[in-house]
Amino acid sequence: MNAPGYFLTHIWLIPLFPLIGAALMYFFGRRMPKEAVNLFCVGSVFLSFVYALGAVLTMFALPANERFYQQILYQWVTPGAMPTAAGTVNFVADWGYLLDPLSCVMIIVVTFVGFLIHVYSMGYMAHEGGYYRFFGYLNLFMFSMLTLVLANNLLLLFVGWEGVGLCSYLLIGFYFLKKSASDAGKKAFIVNRIGDTGFLLGLLLVSATFGTVRFTTQGLGNPAGYAGILQTLSGMMEHHQLAFGAPVFTAMALLLFVGATGKSAQIPLYVWLPDAMEGPTPVSALIHAATMVTAGVYMVARMSAIYQLAPEALDVVAIVGTTTAIFAATMAMVQTDIKKVLAYSTVSQLGYMFLALGVGAFAAGIFHLMTHAFFKALLFLGAGSVIHSLSGEQDIRKMGALRYAIPATYWPFLMATLAIAGIPPLSGFFSKDEILGHAFNRHLTADRYLALWVVGLATAGLTAFYMFRLLMEVFYGMSRVPVELEGHIHESPKTMTVPLWILMVFTIISGWLALPVLWGEESPFERFLEPSLRGVETDTQAIVFAHHGMLVEVALMGASVTIAGLGFYLAYKLYLENPKLHGRIAATWPRLHSLLVHKYYVDEIYDALFVNRVKDLSTALGVFDSKVIDGLGVDGTGWLTRYFSRISMWWDKWIVDGLVNLLGWFPRMLSMPVRMFQTGVFSTYAVFILVGLAILLGYYGHHVQVFVRSLH
Amino acid sequence: MALYSNHLLSVILFTPLVGALLLLLVPREAELAHKLVGNLFGVLGFLVSLPLILHFQAGSGDYQFREVADWIPSIGAKYALGVDGISMLLVMLTTLLGMIALTSSWGAIHNRTKEYYILLLLLQTGMIGVFVSLDFFLFYVFWEVMLVPMYFLIGVWGSDRRLYAAIKFFLYTLAGSVIMLLGILALYFNYAKMLPANTTATFDIPTLLAAAQSFPDSLKVWLFWGFFFAFAIKVPMFPFHTWLPDAHTEAPTAGSVILAGVLLKMGTYGFLRFSLPLLPANPLLRSKIVNILIVLSLVGIIYGAIVCLMQKDMKRLIAYSSVSHLGFCTLGIFALTPQGLSGSVLQQINHGISTGALFLIVGVLYERRHTRLISEFGGLATPMPGFAAIYLIISLSSLGMPLLNGFIGEFTILQGTFVVSKAWAAWATLGIVLGAAYLLWLYQRTMFGPVTHEVNKTLPDLNFREYAVLVPLVALAFWIGIYPKPFFNYLEKPVQRIVQQVNPSFYQSASSTSSSGAIASSTSITSPVPAANSAETK
Repeated sequence: MNAPGYFLTHIWLIPLFPLIGAALMYFFGRRMPKEAVNLFCVGSVFLSFVYALGAVLTMFALPANERFYQQILYQWVTPGAMPTAAGTVNFVADWGYLLDPLSCVMIIVVTFVGFLIHVYSMGYMAHEGGYYRFFGYLNLFMFSMLTLVLANNLLLLFVGWEGVGLCSYLLIGFYFLKKSASDAGKKAFIVNRIGDTGFLLGLLLVSATFGTVRFTTQGLGNPAGYAGILQTLSGMMEHHQLAFGAPVFTAMALLLFVGATGKSAQIPLYVWLPDAMEGPTPVSALIHAATMVTAGVYMVARMSAIYQLAPEALDVVAIVGTTTAIFAATMAMVQTDIKKVLAYSTVSQLGYMFLALGVGAFAAGIFHLMTHAFFKALLFLGAGSVIHSLSGEQDIRKMGALRYAIPATYWPFLMATLAIAGIPPLSGFFSKDEILGHAFNRHLTADRYLALWVVGLATAGLTAFYMFRLLMEVFYGMSRVPVELEGHIHESPKTMTVPLWILMVFTIISGWLALPVLWGEESPFERFLEPSLRGVETDTQAIVFAHHGMLVEVALMGASVTIAGLGFYLAYKLYLENPKLHGRIAATWPRLHSLLVHKYYVDEIYDALFVNRVKDLSTALGVFDSKVIDGLGVDGTGWLTRYFSRISMWWDKWIVDGLVNLLGWFPRMLSMPVRMFQTGVFSTYAVFILVGLAILLGYYGHHVQVFVRSLH
Repeated sequence: MALYSNHLLSVILFTPLVGALLLLLVPREAELAHKLVGNLFGVLGFLVSLPLILHFQAGSGDYQFREVADWIPSIGAKYALGVDGISMLLVMLTTLLGMIALTSSWGAIHNRTKEYYILLLLLQTGMIGVFVSLDFFLFYVFWEVMLVPMYFLIGVWGSDRRLYAAIKFFLYTLAGSVIMLLGILALYFNYAKMLPANTTATFDIPTLLAAAQSFPDSLKVWLFWGFFFAFAIKVPMFPFHTWLPDAHTEAPTAGSVILAGVLLKMGTYGFLRFSLPLLPANPLLRSKIVNILIVLSLVGIIYGAIVCLMQKDMKRLIAYSSVSHLGFCTLGIFALTPQGLSGSVLQQINHGISTGALFLIVGVLYERRHTRLISEFGGLATPMPGFAAIYLIISLSSLGMPLLNGFIGEFTILQGTFVVSKAWAAWATLGIVLGAAYLLWLYQRTMFGPVTHEVNKTLPDLNFREYAVLVPLVALAFWIGIYPKPFFNYLEKPVQRIVQQVNPSFYQSASSTSSSGAIASSTSITSPVPAANSAETK
């Protein structure tokens, strides 16, 4: 292998730049002018982008199988020996970065979209308080996200994973004076934490099985000296210690997937994402659409070697993904908040990605991740521009006909809508078609998989419907903008519109990476990713991917385009041609409509089932603690002790002491008559003496007389 | 200088005591002088302990810096000191938190300052003594010495229900230690029986514990439970924990910091050092005992966390969070794996840092508002941004955010537990979710939203002294989170020695697991890639 080159040996700088930016904001931000904040924070992300681009271009120059570069900065967690399925090993998790085709795609998407959104934010946040705080958090997010995608092991990935979650929490709650905002932030964090327990347990299972959490040893200078999951895994497979479909693989895959459902907002943990729209719009674009929420998809792709060996787990992934896709799409149809529509749309599109992963088409999932990052970021930024031009209005019922007022926002928004709806030749068409194609292929191995394709296709129709509905409500028809706002409608500043137009270009062209599929060749994008997703070659039972012919390919594309057109037609009928019609339809099925508007009451159900029950339990245990353990147990012991001490005092006083006293009482009683004479008064004694003398004389007087007489 | 280098531990041990004696000479009215002397010896106490790190040999599992002198020859009690990696870290934690506690009292305590500083310094000596003693007699003396100053600190400088809390604390802990004294005597006399007639037995800790290995199981079980109560109360383990919320809540800030930061670690340290070698050799009997302790730990983790959610008093909430966090520490100890033990010690340090800092944070608010009720605050991020930032970092460290200390400890404990039983680890992760819930909710209720009470609008942000007290803890939290390797290095050998003594099967068979609940798929597997794994040792 040749010398890796400047950009490869400096990939550690890519996450570091934004970290420095964040640190500067933390320490000095309060005293900085806005220009300095822009320079450091936007500049740092730009530098990251440059270094990422340099590294990726260096990788391109290498032959396909050598596109691995790994850099270990230092040994990070070294807790000592642990017994594993692979023998007792010293567990080591490095602080190290791995650049391979998969992370190449991710860092480009993250730094590029991230940079554009930073630029956009300069305009969007210009009039907001806490400017430096916002950019500090945003830079911290970039650091975490880049750590996540560059990590060479699962534990460091978890650092990024939790880091992006933290930034999400901070940025959702950016307007912390609003209770709803800080509530939403807390909800996001806690729901994610629930998923993280799954991730953590999966991580523990991986480490206990393989003795390492490093993904691979490829790209290390001396691979023999290190352990990697992929290599240990294939070693164990070779020695027949583990086999395809082993329960331990399913367990790992499912536990990690629980984490993914949290971060990537899938059923049952998607509930935080719609609420997360409380954050500033650039945050929704960057974190809650383009990058962070795709972390789950990335992680599953990164662990594809395991997932490929766990067919049951893959089925679960596919089912959850598909269900989430259609479920969220139905909710998006009736939302009236422009950002909420997009939020549910994101949940739905993420479902598509998991559908791709679930049918084993990891590359297709990542492809959709990339195109979605472009067009969804664009949609959110466009929505932000709309909101900005309407001085903060988010209700689409109060918009309309805006295409004349803000054309610089309208055109990119239109392109992004066409892209997500799957209209050729825009990017979304290619990536969605890839997924649906693979879902269809999956059914060639077993009929039951046909449902995935059918639901996926239906979702495509719903997607087209709710997106065109949004487009028409905002930009077409009659203006419903309140009169007092009407005069203030203004196009957003250049810092906001230029990023829109740049994103629009990529929204249009990024799908063309899969263009050769049209004439039946393999997608270059998939070929590029293949070394990262290759996994372990198994001799038995591996999922066989059937391939369909050219004719089927064309038919499938036709089906997707037709159903997208159907969605468009319905939206046109209901919202543009006859705007009163959708109200009437809603009135015809009031229950269904209200079910959708209330988001199937999932939040309420969760509150009733879990949140409130935990609160009750807490109250009950609190009472138990103070009344039973402390009251009965501790204070009770104290009371008993005192009670016994009183009894023993009584015993002491009346029995122990009483006996002694009784003994003393006897002589006292006996001596009482005697004591009565001991008055201590001399005259009394004199009387006693005289009396005694008199008695004596009286008694013995006779004898005295006799005696006296005898003397005579 | 030779005196210093040969008697380093004695110097560390008695520096605070010298300060206390010196304070006796200062007139009662000279408040400033009390503070100066107190702070001086706090800082000095930390400074003299620094050479401990510099000269400590991490590669050895033996006791280092040993000092031995005869004390009461007729019974064999000696003045014996020494530290290994475990106690060294705990001593450093003690001197650091001691310094911070002393410094933090500057603005908080204004009555009876002389006695206050004397007691704090005396307490410091007692705590260090517990960690460095290698003689049971000496150990017990220090163990009891600690109680008295703490009793007065809570009883005199505490808040409303201080007398109740102080007496409860004193009696509860004393009850445990008396049983422990019986245990120590039982150890002593049973060892004496093994000796030839007319030789004086010894209280030497390593000797007695090594001798205990040959005791019959029936005796060991009695000894184990004898020691158990003292430590379980101190930790405190569920259901012996209820003295803690009262003591924490009523104690002055410095008292809470020391109580949470160091005093509770006496219990975990005791478990680790004394209880583990007393586990019976019979695997069945032993796993029965271990299971009881693990279940108590898990209940503590979850129960403590759930009870946190309903607390209305900030200090009480943090006290219950201690129950939860210390549950992790005991879980790691009784997993009987090197990682569990390393993680446990590290988590003890982490808990000292994070919870100590949390109490300081409540102290900051208490000094300004003289209340600890959560409902009295709200929206403080606006008047106190610097405070908000530090408080957030500390909360995150406590709830186990990666890159901060708590995560490393929790993860290592979970890893050490997971290889023994997946179910244990899974239950413990519940505590992590709840930890995020109660800490973030507390943060939200105190810091976010509009300022709800008029007085809070003008609260001053942290002053220099408060920053000086909190920033070192924040720095340490980051250090352990980002580069924990030095800590693991200190712990590796002593932990290895303990595991070899109490769970020898761990090192003997490569892939068998220790006490119960083996990994399902692991038993039949031998190492396929031994070269790769073993190459990665250093």
